Amino acid sequence: MAAAAGTWSWFVPLAAGVSLFKCLFINSYHSTDFEVHRNWLAITHSLPVSRWYHENRSEWTLDYPPLFAWFQFSLSQVAQHFDRNLLQVQNLNYCSRSTVLFQRLSVVFTDLVFIYAVRQCCRCVEEQRSCRDIWTRPSFVLAVLLLWNFGLFIVDHIHFQYNGFLFGFLLLSVAKHLQSCHLQGALLFTVLLNLKHIFLYVAPAYGVYLLRSYCFTQDNTDGSIRWRSFSPVRLLVLGSIVTSVFTLSFGPFVVMGQLPQVLTRLFPFKRGLCHAYWAPNIWALYNILDKVLAHLGVSLQLLQEAELPAASMTGGLVQEFQHSVLPSISPSVTLVCTLLSILPAAASIWWRPRGGRGFLRCLLLCALGSFMFGWHVHEKAILLAILPLSILAVENREDAGIFLLLSTTGHYSLFPLLFTPAELLIKVCLMLMFTIFSFTALRKLHSASLLCPLEVVYLLGLLVVGVVCEVVIPLSPWKQRLPFLPLLVTSVYCSLGVSYSFLRLYGSLLSSQRKHKQL
Amino acid sequence: MSRFFAVCFCHKSSFPAVGVMQTWSLVSISVLLGVAVRWGVSLNSYSGAGEPPMFGDYEAQRHWQEVTYNLPLQEWYFNSTDNDLNYWGLDYPPLTAYHSWLCAHIAKIINPEWVELHKSRGYESPEHKLFMRTTVLVADVLIYIPAVVLYCLCLTDGSSKKKVSSLLCILLYPGLILIDYGHFQYNCVSLGFALWGVLALGLGWDVFGSMAFSLALNYKQMELYHALPFFCYLLGKCVKTGLMGRGLFLLVRVATAVLVTFALCWWPFLSDPSQASQVVRRIFPVARGLFEDKVANAWCSLNTLIKIRSILSADSQLYLSFAFTLLAALPSSVKLLTQPTFWHFKLALVNSSLAFFLFSYQVHEKSILLVSLPVCLLLNDLPFMGLWFLQASTFSMLPLLLKDGLLIPYAVTSLAFLLLCIYLLSALDHGSEDELRVGVYRKLFCLPKLDLAGWVKWKFYISVAVMAGLSVLSVVSNPPPHLPDLFPVLVSATAFLQFLGIFIHFNVLQFSKPISKKSQKKTN
Repeated sequence: MAAAAGTWSWFVPLAAGVSLFKCLFINSYHSTDFEVHRNWLAITHSLPVSRWYHENRSEWTLDYPPLFAWFQFSLSQVAQHFDRNLLQVQNLNYCSRSTVLFQRLSVVFTDLVFIYAVRQCCRCVEEQRSCRDIWTRPSFVLAVLLLWNFGLFIVDHIHFQYNGFLFGFLLLSVAKHLQSCHLQGALLFTVLLNLKHIFLYVAPAYGVYLLRSYCFTQDNTDGSIRWRSFSPVRLLVLGSIVTSVFTLSFGPFVVMGQLPQVLTRLFPFKRGLCHAYWAPNIWALYNILDKVLAHLGVSLQLLQEAELPAASMTGGLVQEFQHSVLPSISPSVTLVCTLLSILPAAASIWWRPRGGRGFLRCLLLCALGSFMFGWHVHEKAILLAILPLSILAVENREDAGIFLLLSTTGHYSLFPLLFTPAELLIKVCLMLMFTIFSFTALRKLHSASLLCPLEVVYLLGLLVVGVVCEVVIPLSPWKQRLPFLPLLVTSVYCSLGVSYSFLRLYGSLLSSQRKHKQL
Repeated sequence: MSRFFAVCFCHKSSFPAVGVMQTWSLVSISVLLGVAVRWGVSLNSYSGAGEPPMFGDYEAQRHWQEVTYNLPLQEWYFNSTDNDLNYWGLDYPPLTAYHSWLCAHIAKIINPEWVELHKSRGYESPEHKLFMRTTVLVADVLIYIPAVVLYCLCLTDGSSKKKVSSLLCILLYPGLILIDYGHFQYNCVSLGFALWGVLALGLGWDVFGSMAFSLALNYKQMELYHALPFFCYLLGKCVKTGLMGRGLFLLVRVATAVLVTFALCWWPFLSDPSQASQVVRRIFPVARGLFEDKVANAWCSLNTLIKIRSILSADSQLYLSFAFTLLAALPSSVKLLTQPTFWHFKLALVNSSLAFFLFSYQVHEKSILLVSLPVCLLLNDLPFMGLWFLQASTFSMLPLLLKDGLLIPYAVTSLAFLLLCIYLLSALDHGSEDELRVGVYRKLFCLPKLDLAGWVKWKFYISVAVMAGLSVLSVVSNPPPHLPDLFPVLVSATAFLQFLGIFIHFNVLQFSKPISKKSQKKTN
């Protein structure tokens, strides 16, 4: 390792390069999330803590957990040196040049957490041989896959969010688990949960893994659980870490008696099954099946058109809507489906824990399972699966194939986030760059082709979908009649790929289990 | 062409298919990154945005589209009620006019308001900006970028990774990106044609090369900065192969190619002598004075000490600058004439264009891009000096860029370029006395004991620090009221000193032996 220590020189240029590249897009399009975060800066800066979750002058109320509010509060301390007006709650949709500069730079700078986390992750991957060629070093490939990740880039630095900062915590906590520093990993993840509650998706993996592999100190020789090795001290330490973070975060609101108010802000179940733009999951397929059946029913005169509930499922601000033929889905159904999809993965690491990598695989399945079956899932949530999968992809051939499929479809499904003509070229260029790199580098790394011909054909189909949705439909008269057609085509096509990757990932879990048994 | 294929397909790899694929994917990633950075810069402001009544170069280009679309070709270069030459009159050669005419036709299809005669003056909208930026990108992708790719793959030495590294560095050179995609101009077209010329000469296709260069000249008259080396290289080659035999044949072919290209470009204007002479008068506006604004050349820098423009008459200024330019460009050209190798050709391109930039009449700060192009071509061989010059050249345009509101792209691209060159081309590691070729100075000035390489490196660090410091000062502090131009003058003087030093150095290089293959192998 000592000799290899000097060969990390590529990391700093890579990280600095991507940071500079991010700064180029300060003046690009930003979504309403920009105003959301500006409003939160204003709320946390100019109102007392007791008003944070009650303030509703803007429609973009604070709906992240308290630690994120404190994060915004600390940013606002810097923001006041840029432009004091951005911190006024009544200045709705305030967007001066210095506001843009400050908010964009804040994302770039808080990404330092992400960069540090990537560095830690790269240290965890196995370096097979001391090769001079940088392209055959898993750590280099992993660093590029994470630092130059297309999805993270457009969501954070064009669309505007702080995902880099948040995923920094996630990756850091994963890296700590891979290095067997379980307590640090648990602490980081608890902090992360209190920053953004979407990470509840992967909490089952953490819960099961920590309970099984940390609280039980020994396994039987066949890998099954040895009940007598349970360590109450470890459980107590773990529990105190988790509760103290939650106390710090939610405690003040409990004392003020605002917990119900905070929770209603965090979990708004009044939204619909799918977001305005359907995330590429099972429900997208379910919706389209419903549409097709309704259409068929009407044309075969099995159904009366007047009886069908009129629902434009992709239109505007989506509230609840009715399916026409198939039964409508309630939140509890999605919850049950999600839990069922997660269960085998969780059970697998309970019966046969396979160290940090097994945990990572379980985490991925949790993330992807929640994405596939969850209620009101955003398309951005696919990053929760793509980023951790990068780590497995540089180590394992099978996973590399899944990564190529999932990252390409998942990233393509983010295209509708950027719909302005000026940003079209950027998303195409960056997507191509990332995809070309991941294909070439992973192929070189594993020195074998990673996809079967059918999968290649499916991915090439994305090119056709891209051309049709971005060029042909906008220029054709259909744009007026069917404005949501491109969105529909994109999400349905991508949901096929994501579902397939989900199944393949489960398959890899089962096959690795079988391999384990044979050993 | 055989060399081209040899480069692309011969790899010492156990998995040959992967090796080739890797080179191509690296090339495409570099190109895509170059395009993405260009587009990122283009999201920023342009020259004269929202500044009536004259606006800036953006409006000039739009106005040319308006004029060329609405007026018959005979009136393009003449003052008339429909064509006020004082408002951004066309003052580039015919190829630029044709290009504007072509863009205007596309603009007309998208939105006729963009090119409406008289009424469209000062037209600005986000859609129009997008359209204009796209025209630049299309020209760039069609002309400049392929030339850079081919040049790096076919005509640079070293492993395929080294070729791709220099490709990426050349594509990300900030000066050209900032002027074309920020300020707004079409330098990529003229420089692209010139680069096609260099490429063709390097591959031995002399006729094609001279045609490409003629196109460059007909797009922008400033390409004359490169004309002497092209002329001397081709003439020298003819002489070397024997003026009585094949050399003469080559000379005739090249001359015919040039004449035909020129004739084709000027065809519509040749029918009437007054037309042609009016175009020439518009292209070479002698009446505009020795220099404008603050430019990092000899005359402007001298002006801070002696007010030349008030001492000398306009005519003597013209003759003086002409004499100095010729004197400065002559040594390298004569050397090239006697030794017409590709290496000397590239050096002569730098020396000639830098001589023109430093001493000729009516130089714009943007003309430094003409010097940057050949320096980019030498970046692979002389990474340290190349980096130094390219950073200084971007810096010399700082006042212009600040005026256009391009501070962030300037800072970002310059830093990124510095980082890239240092890491990818190991610009700072190639700093031994041998590689910098500073040993000559030892003989020239009898300096036996000094560590020349270390001395040069320190000079580089200091000048980077000074450039960074001046950049920061120009942004954050206000100049004292009695010296309003303090920072622009300091910037141009600093840049001038560096250009002068580099001019001397490259001339010394021209007269010393080319890089020996041995020392190259050592460094590889």
